Amino acid sequence: MAFAHEIFLALAALALFGVTLANPGPGTARRIALALSAAGVGTALWSLGAEAELFHGTYRVDAFSQTFKVLIALGFFLAVAFGEGLKGVDQDHHPEYFLFLGLSVLGLTFLVSSVELLTLYISLELASYALYILVPLRRREYVTQVEAGVKYVLFGAAASGVSLFGMSYVFGLAGTTQLDQLLVSFPTLAATPVGLMGLVLMLGGFFFKLALFPFHFWTPDVYQGAANETSGVIATLPKLGAVAVLIRLTGLGGDDAGFLTVLTILAILSMTYGNLSALVQTDLKRLLAFSSIAHAGFMIAGILTGTVAGYAGAMFYVGGYLLMNLALFHVIYSLAPAGQNVTLADLRGLYRRAPVLALTLAVGAFGLAGIPPTAGFAGKFFVLAAALEQGHLTLVIAAALNTAIGVYYYLKMVKAAYSPEEDEAGPVEAPLALSVPGRVLGGAFALAILLLGAFPGALLDLFRQALEWAT
Amino acid sequence: MTTFAAPESLGYPILSILIFLPLAGAALALFLSGDRVLKGWALAVTTLEAALSVPLFTAFDGSTHLYQFTELASWIPALGIQYALGIDGISVLLVLLTTFIMPLCILCSWTYIEKRTKEFVIALLIMETAMVGVFCALDLVLFYVFWEAMLIPMYLLIAVWGGPRKVYASIKFFLYTLAGSVLLLVAVIALYLATGTFLIPEMMSQGYSFAFQFWVFLAFALAFAIKVPMFPFHTWLPAAHVEAPTAGSVVLASVLLKMGTYGFLRFCLPITPLATAYLAPVFLWVSIVSILYGGFVALAQTDMKRLIAYSSVGHMGFVTLGIFLVNQHGIEGAILQMVNHGITTGALFICVGLLYERTHSRMIADNSAIGAFMPLYVLFLGIFSLSSLAFPGTNSFVGELLVLFGAFAENKLLAAFAIPGALLAATYMLRLLQKIIWDRVEGHHGDGHGDGHGEGHGDGGHGHGHERHLWDLNYREVGTLAFLSVFVFWIGLNPRPFLGMMGASVTHVIGQAQAYSGEDLPRGGLPGLWKALAPGQDQGHGTEAAHGTEPTPAHGGDAAPAEGEAPAAAPGTEAPAPETKH
Repeated sequence: MAFAHEIFLALAALALFGVTLANPGPGTARRIALALSAAGVGTALWSLGAEAELFHGTYRVDAFSQTFKVLIALGFFLAVAFGEGLKGVDQDHHPEYFLFLGLSVLGLTFLVSSVELLTLYISLELASYALYILVPLRRREYVTQVEAGVKYVLFGAAASGVSLFGMSYVFGLAGTTQLDQLLVSFPTLAATPVGLMGLVLMLGGFFFKLALFPFHFWTPDVYQGAANETSGVIATLPKLGAVAVLIRLTGLGGDDAGFLTVLTILAILSMTYGNLSALVQTDLKRLLAFSSIAHAGFMIAGILTGTVAGYAGAMFYVGGYLLMNLALFHVIYSLAPAGQNVTLADLRGLYRRAPVLALTLAVGAFGLAGIPPTAGFAGKFFVLAAALEQGHLTLVIAAALNTAIGVYYYLKMVKAAYSPEEDEAGPVEAPLALSVPGRVLGGAFALAILLLGAFPGALLDLFRQALEWAT
Repeated sequence: MTTFAAPESLGYPILSILIFLPLAGAALALFLSGDRVLKGWALAVTTLEAALSVPLFTAFDGSTHLYQFTELASWIPALGIQYALGIDGISVLLVLLTTFIMPLCILCSWTYIEKRTKEFVIALLIMETAMVGVFCALDLVLFYVFWEAMLIPMYLLIAVWGGPRKVYASIKFFLYTLAGSVLLLVAVIALYLATGTFLIPEMMSQGYSFAFQFWVFLAFALAFAIKVPMFPFHTWLPAAHVEAPTAGSVVLASVLLKMGTYGFLRFCLPITPLATAYLAPVFLWVSIVSILYGGFVALAQTDMKRLIAYSSVGHMGFVTLGIFLVNQHGIEGAILQMVNHGITTGALFICVGLLYERTHSRMIADNSAIGAFMPLYVLFLGIFSLSSLAFPGTNSFVGELLVLFGAFAENKLLAAFAIPGALLAATYMLRLLQKIIWDRVEGHHGDGHGDGHGEGHGDGGHGHGHERHLWDLNYREVGTLAFLSVFVFWIGLNPRPFLGMMGASVTHVIGQAQAYSGEDLPRGGLPGLWKALAPGQDQGHGTEAAHGTEPTPAHGGDAAPAEGEAPAAAPGTEAPAPETKH
């Protein structure tokens, strides 16, 4: 049953809808969502080897899509599992929150299997609309979420419009919306100005999801304004979908120099802008938002190579990025019992209040900075190796220099957690009462990031196998 | 196994054991508690490590340049990255230095570190894993992983257990050294693309084009020059040394600085011989500047740790001087001097730490005239100070003498500039000794000054206060320093066993570094260099077809030379045009 995972997720969304009607109370809703997302990981793994097509070849289940579905299902499960109960969202809204989260995951799952432009667009919208609703769902004492929600919808709608506009050009030039046929005919068209414009505009909608410069404007406000849990979701899951689609779509550009130049410039600007802006942030979520803009540049650096090595590197990068971001958001949830925003100052003395959390934070931050032996370093290394292999030296040097810039603000987080100003007299604040699962999850995140960095070979091979179609 | 590996001499993977024993010790330390238990455990692990490393000394074959005790296993097969280990005459003494210094680091922290002992010993043990790994790695990615991973525990050692300005010092240390090595990663990848392997021995002597070597050399050299540190990249060092706890300073001075010079020897000379030959004069004179600058600045210090930190800049200048002479005496002296500096400066930092535990000040003025109260301490301080200024009979004398031999053979002017560096070392070390031991003897300081600070620090552990606050060394402290002083005299009086271990490897490295013909070097100063680096000139004498194409991107990013040349040529072609009109 090749579509077991999709069917299960659709049914799960339906079940979550049922939960919203019954409104059994927040604890039950979370337990149901947890069980469903855990089962989702199971079905995703179960249908890992499946190969099938649907709707006249517009929806394809292959090794590539199934690999991403496993990652998305894992992200979904982790997003529900931690946070210890959606502290930033009004209790009345918990069932709805899980419903829309589930729908967004369903949309992303469709997205990675879509191999036709309209199917892509519909899946993208399904994934986006659910998230539009999640952003303003925050407890009423906070007010920033409304601004964030409006910005997210407006920017998102504009980006979707741009994307659709680009698709119309692509369709107009090539006469088809099937990716298979486009991959054959479009690379020659991409060399023409109108073809290049159509392609770049079409990719714009996915750059928006990835928060790539100059489609990043929503990122800091939405991260800061939305509930911590929502930011954690937006920081991770949509990136997976965007990377998957971009890997499928960049082939359309062939190795046209103009197209590669555009992507290179966007990647470099994204890294530099994100890192430089992150330097001065004090709100942890806002800082992570700018860091995500910088990381989007690295992902594009892998994707624009157009080689299996680069694609696999980008997949590894986004996988590691997911893990490290979730680790940092786990720290944020644990530090914000009332769902408030966490600043760098709140991290002070963390190693005394909760040593495990401080370790999770340090490993996650060093991972995002790309220091070995973490998954972040492995991903960065694979991406840069692939990019240099294709002769993108300027990009690689810019990326390397950006690593050095980025380290500073990641180090600021570690510094705040590990060297408090005046802690000798006693704890800065009372020790954090951290639940056992919370502690285990934190330790597991740190361990996973380190293990993935020390032994990246197996996962990289898996990604390379999933990319056989691209050779 | 491979062409670069000597036949196996031990039946077990000794290097892997040495690398991962401390890591396992750190993992087990997680489950221990209690200050004494943790320090005892760390001491046991590091002592066992030192004991296990003895076969490296006894079973090492000094007659071959091949890598010994090699291990090879696939690590990331998709990119051909391997877990490759091995040591030769260049690295064997540095591994031994690391394993023998670490128990002393635990010992000198026995009473110095009292808070968060568990994290402290874990950081030190992880540090040891990374340091041994750096010296043993024969795969460039493996090397890079250990090289960078080392930053994290070192950062924490300074940031958590450091002095008042630990935040500033630790961040400066981290950023400086990391920024230096990001381009190293680019060079690593470029080398991989040129050779198709990450194995360090297989990257050597490949006859890359000059332009490729030039950029790779610069990327390597930046990382190593910061680590050494060579003048003008030294500014992180005094800050890090002053704020680090004693054990951190010792590790930093004894082992971390050696990684820079080790990198020059392991990578720059054999992999990029052309660039080394071309740029060696620059590095030789920068070394001289480091020696003199370090010496002069050390003269002006009032803080003992800062003084020793700046003296390190000078001493490491001798090491880089020896390396870039590229002759037998120079490089042998440089390697020996690396070990000597590790022993002597490590010991001096321990001495400062011991005094700091008693008087809670590192200022020379606060600690003056203690000779009468701490005779044993003064004895050891004297031994290590004399060693530091390269007094005959001590280890540094042999090392510096060899380097100076090499320098005289190469360029007398160079040697003439290096000699004052040795004199400066004598000046600042003897001044330190005089102040710490006697001070009341009037020297160049007037009486007024002496009295003034005597009163000012009267209750800070001065004068009669000493009798209350000062106690001489205990058995643990005597043991630590006596152990190191054994090596001071052993190497000083009988350096032959140590030099014998490195001879063959040094000869081989020199052979690799001189395996070029003079015609391949660009001539004509900077314009000649521009020309050699321009993309069109890239064919060179690449022995592999890949070199012609792969290194091209290596300077595509630096388009400045290519563009700079075009306008220069344009006026030249236009100039004759008006003349033809006439």
